[in-house]
Amino acid sequence: MVLLKMKFNQQRRVRLAQGLWLLSWLAVMCGAFIFCLGVYLKTELLRRDEVEKESFMDIHVVPNILMMVGLASIGTNWVATRVCQDSLDASRFPRWKVLLLAWFVVAALLCCLLLAVVVLSYVLQGRLEESLKVGLRNGIRFYKDTDVPGRCFQKETIDRLQMEFRCCGNNNFKDWFEVQWVSGRFLDYTAQEVKDRIRSNVDGRYLLDGVPFSCCNPASPRPCLQYHLTDNRAHFNYDYLSEDLNLYSRGCRQALTDYYMGLMNSTGPGVLSVILIQVGNFHLRYLQTAVEGAMALEDPEGDSEGYILEKGVKETFEEVKVKVLTMMKLAQVDPEGVPVDAEAEKAADTTAEKAASPTPAS
Amino acid sequence: MALMVVKFDLKKRVKLAQTVWFMYWFAVLAGILVLSLGLFFKIELRKRSELMDNNESHFLPNLLILMGLIACGINAFGGKVCYDSLDPVKFAKWKPMLKYFLVFCVCFNGLLLMTSLLCFLMRIPLQFTLAEGIKNGMKFYKDTDTPGRCYMKRTLDLMQMEFRCCGNDNFRDWFEIQWVSNRYLDFSSKEVKDRIGSNVDGQYLMDGVPFSCCNPSSPRPCIQYQMTNNSAHYSYDHYTEELNVWKKGCRDALLSYYGGIMNTIGALVVLVTMLEVAVTVGLQYVNSSLSTLANPEEVESESEGYLLEKTVKETFTDIMAKMKAMGKGGKVEEGGEEAVATVS
Repeated sequence: MVLLKMKFNQQRRVRLAQGLWLLSWLAVMCGAFIFCLGVYLKTELLRRDEVEKESFMDIHVVPNILMMVGLASIGTNWVATRVCQDSLDASRFPRWKVLLLAWFVVAALLCCLLLAVVVLSYVLQGRLEESLKVGLRNGIRFYKDTDVPGRCFQKETIDRLQMEFRCCGNNNFKDWFEVQWVSGRFLDYTAQEVKDRIRSNVDGRYLLDGVPFSCCNPASPRPCLQYHLTDNRAHFNYDYLSEDLNLYSRGCRQALTDYYMGLMNSTGPGVLSVILIQVGNFHLRYLQTAVEGAMALEDPEGDSEGYILEKGVKETFEEVKVKVLTMMKLAQVDPEGVPVDAEAEKAADTTAEKAASPTPAS
Repeated sequence: MALMVVKFDLKKRVKLAQTVWFMYWFAVLAGILVLSLGLFFKIELRKRSELMDNNESHFLPNLLILMGLIACGINAFGGKVCYDSLDPVKFAKWKPMLKYFLVFCVCFNGLLLMTSLLCFLMRIPLQFTLAEGIKNGMKFYKDTDTPGRCYMKRTLDLMQMEFRCCGNDNFRDWFEIQWVSNRYLDFSSKEVKDRIGSNVDGQYLMDGVPFSCCNPSSPRPCIQYQMTNNSAHYSYDHYTEELNVWKKGCRDALLSYYGGIMNTIGALVVLVTMLEVAVTVGLQYVNSSLSTLANPEEVESESEGYLLEKTVKETFTDIMAKMKAMGKGGKVEEGGEEAVATVS
């Protein structure tokens, strides 16, 4: 009892081969697209390497898988185009027969990997936020260390990040109030103001209610107020509680997370449509069976049948299980040759019985 | 005696027609490229038209768009003619207008070359437009409550951050104008009164710059105010301080940006001109090789293709004679009557 049987005459076979050939080329381009997408995501992630903690490697799994799958799918779909091209030529088709089973397995694996990527990109959002929080906190802490090797570019990185993503601080601009972001080299320790501020906290840090210039919002109608932000009297016509355009109100962690999630989400539909095209390619099975059936006939141009599975799902599954078990048993160095022979005898008996049973009727 | 004669048999003619047809399709793509370059340049100019006082000249991008469209048109037509040239019946209907078409192509190529020259020369008027525009823009920096100018502050800030520049020529331009709005000045404070009294126009001038002039690469937090006062900041010398604010002026920055765009466009248009000249020459050979066939029905015979029917000098004198004849055409009436009178 075959699964999903369809009749094919010569014209339908030719049409099927042509259609599948086109679809396979489309799938090759989709594979290239997936590869480029992976490369693009990886470069975007690497650009912000400084504000991402090392354990961040986990999110790099997504672009790595995309690149691998892209390359693999280019290869497999190119093979599919060759198969389609040769399928109508009886002399060249048989050499592909061996490869086709492997092809189906690889194509199914690729589809599963693509699905896994889509799921992963949503699941890893939590890890991303966590590592951004740690990375940004360090960046803000080391902002003033422009003379320490290994940290001297943190200031420039954080400034450019805040300007590009229009954000300030980790959660909001008040994060800058808790950190000494002015280097000791530029502080006059003999000044009364500096001495006051340093004494005002346990760790002896120069804390102030001010932010760096990169937090300034260009859309504000007044020139940017960076220092004495909580002191209404320090500036004319200024109310700290109602002023909302002076600095960027968004935190950089939120801004970066939104940006990366936007990237991942925009790749989602693309990947899903590629999965659909890949699944469409599985119609190659129909072509394979129809062509094989036609070659078995005396008239190669005649009608033949195409199907997905030769027997029902359950029977095919049983057959595969038996095959795998026999392969495993052959691989084992089995001192008892008897059980294997006994099984072979049993199989011979059952086939003999089956052959014997119709004869009384005839 | 024709110029640059080449012998053609049937196979060579077919190959020539196919090659020229192929090149015409490339030329159509090149025409589309010129069109899109013109559009791109137009959009870039419009994006920053506020900084150019809204009176920047759109002549060059409009010309590029027009040339792109004409190029697409004549190249598509030329491709069709080449395609038909292998069939004598179809070619016969194109034959009469081919001469005028080729003359038009030559003129178009000349215009294209002039356009590319313009691309390189447009830098000069742009320089003056930019200088005026940025100077006026800076004057309106503080007018964030005046309708029509309220976005000038944001535009200037974003421009200074993007192009990494400060002021028109350098950051001192900000010292000469009042860029803090009066709404935020406490006129009862002594400092404000001093500054306003210090100049003729009663403007609040200060030796400070907006935050968008700050350079993120500076090792110390940005010093925006009291920039010329060394004692106002610890360990600060304004003569030797290099990394604090951007040193480049915005006029130079924008000029080099637009200059780069125009140079690239000019170079690409030169390449497109060379392609156009090549296809025009190809079409001339196709035309001449088919018209010198001794017997038009016998396609297999050999023929000659040439660039010009006579030598350059003779062609030139021919053209001059034709033009003189056309000029005299208006005077033919009087001359004719006189001639008739003398004859009779």
